[in-house]
Amino acid sequence: MTIATTTGQRPELAPNGLPQLDSDEALRYSRHLLLDEVGVDGQRRIKNARVLLIGAGGLGSPSALYLAAAGVGTLGLVDFDVVDATNLQRQILHGTADVGRAKTDSARDRIHEVNPHVHLEAFNTRFDTGNALEILRDFDIVVDGTDNFATRYLTNDAAVLLGKPNAFGCIFRFEGQASVFGAPNGPCYRCLFREPPPAGLVPNCAEAGVLGVLPGLVGTIQAIETLKLILGVGDPLIGRLLLIETLGMTFRSIAVRRDPTCPACGDAAFGGGTIRSLDDRPADYNEVVCAVPGSVMDGDAPAIREITATELADRISRGHDFDLVDVREPAEWAIARIEGARLVPLATVRHASDDWDRSREVVLYCKAGVRSMNAARQLLEKGFTRVTNVSGGIVSWTRDVDPSLQRY
Amino acid sequence: MAITVILPAVLARLADGNKELSADGATVGAVVESLSQRYPSLATRIRDDAGQPYPFVVYYLNDEDIRLAGGFASIVKDGDEVTLVPAIAGG
Repeated sequence: MTIATTTGQRPELAPNGLPQLDSDEALRYSRHLLLDEVGVDGQRRIKNARVLLIGAGGLGSPSALYLAAAGVGTLGLVDFDVVDATNLQRQILHGTADVGRAKTDSARDRIHEVNPHVHLEAFNTRFDTGNALEILRDFDIVVDGTDNFATRYLTNDAAVLLGKPNAFGCIFRFEGQASVFGAPNGPCYRCLFREPPPAGLVPNCAEAGVLGVLPGLVGTIQAIETLKLILGVGDPLIGRLLLIETLGMTFRSIAVRRDPTCPACGDAAFGGGTIRSLDDRPADYNEVVCAVPGSVMDGDAPAIREITATELADRISRGHDFDLVDVREPAEWAIARIEGARLVPLATVRHASDDWDRSREVVLYCKAGVRSMNAARQLLEKGFTRVTNVSGGIVSWTRDVDPSLQRY
Repeated sequence: MAITVILPAVLARLADGNKELSADGATVGAVVESLSQRYPSLATRIRDDAGQPYPFVVYYLNDEDIRLAGGFASIVKDGDEVTLVPAIAGG
């Protein structure tokens, strides 16, 4: 059983099935009550709603704050992480004094301050195949604010299995996407993107930069879609994907059709709907792709060797002969680098390595070890035989070898 | 035939920063191949080794998902617009 810590009272239901608003609440929500589309009955529906937010990070912060302020009666919040200084640039649920606290603790305090009428159920745990259905079952709507493909596909599949709509949002650098998946007769995330990219092909989690305000924009759109679903008003983003590009400041929506062959929400008659339980999913979806993968080759073929940052430091100090290659982006290189390395961003590795000596050892690193693993695979494919990956990347190096380097 | 190709920032970085490109070809697949020739580091991100679309990059031909038409074999004509939409995961 997954234990939630709860704060605040669960709304009590009136005879007609919706909770009453007391006079404090009527005053607090007066600007909602003045809207024909909300009104007293709509506000009572909002109070009766149970919304689960996966992730209390960049997207979850604005979603949680606005949904709490709007009077959602029960908010669930799943996050296993603790607040880190690098979160504060965008994760406005958390403040400077919260660094080092569990995000669910920090979020609870902030949400209570915004609206003490909200009943908060905090799950200080990773959302995984073992607890996903159990946690989501008691909620009406899920808001996907996770930061990695594995949890996004898990959220989608769990939501489809339980018939819960998913107010979806994701961000990368200056761009975002938003939609509502898993609504009755609407498409799901797998109808759009059948499978996630392999680990390393797309930067993930902590590795990619993001403009701090961007999740504020996208997370707020998720909150609006959630309220529309609760109220049954307007045209939610069902069957549409909103593409947001903030450098040019353009918004465009494109049609997403439900796919009868979709493994999650499709129809058996068309070979779809094969995911009947979370155990039916390919095993690799169960792994969090942010994690540094282990050795990726089997048998007698040349394998990628993994070393720790400490081992790398030891080999450098002993004067071992190898090429140290940093596959991060120039902006990251400018923040911190390992002495003696040369910069070859991941996207350029395949071609830049054309004239490298294939018999020479190449040691690769990035921020956390995922991109460099991808580069290592590319080099193996090209016939390099001595390819080494620094697990944990420059993050581990900064922690274990040279704490004077700037963290980011 | 001039086809306009729209790339999101994540892919535009691999095409000398161009978010909007002009490319030639009679089908979406031919347009993709022509781009792949021009920008080799973009190639591995927009189609697999067999030259087929990935399950995590969706192509729109004038607002229509090409999977509902003929996939990469979909015929394009002068002035058409092809938009690439890759899965992104940040949050």
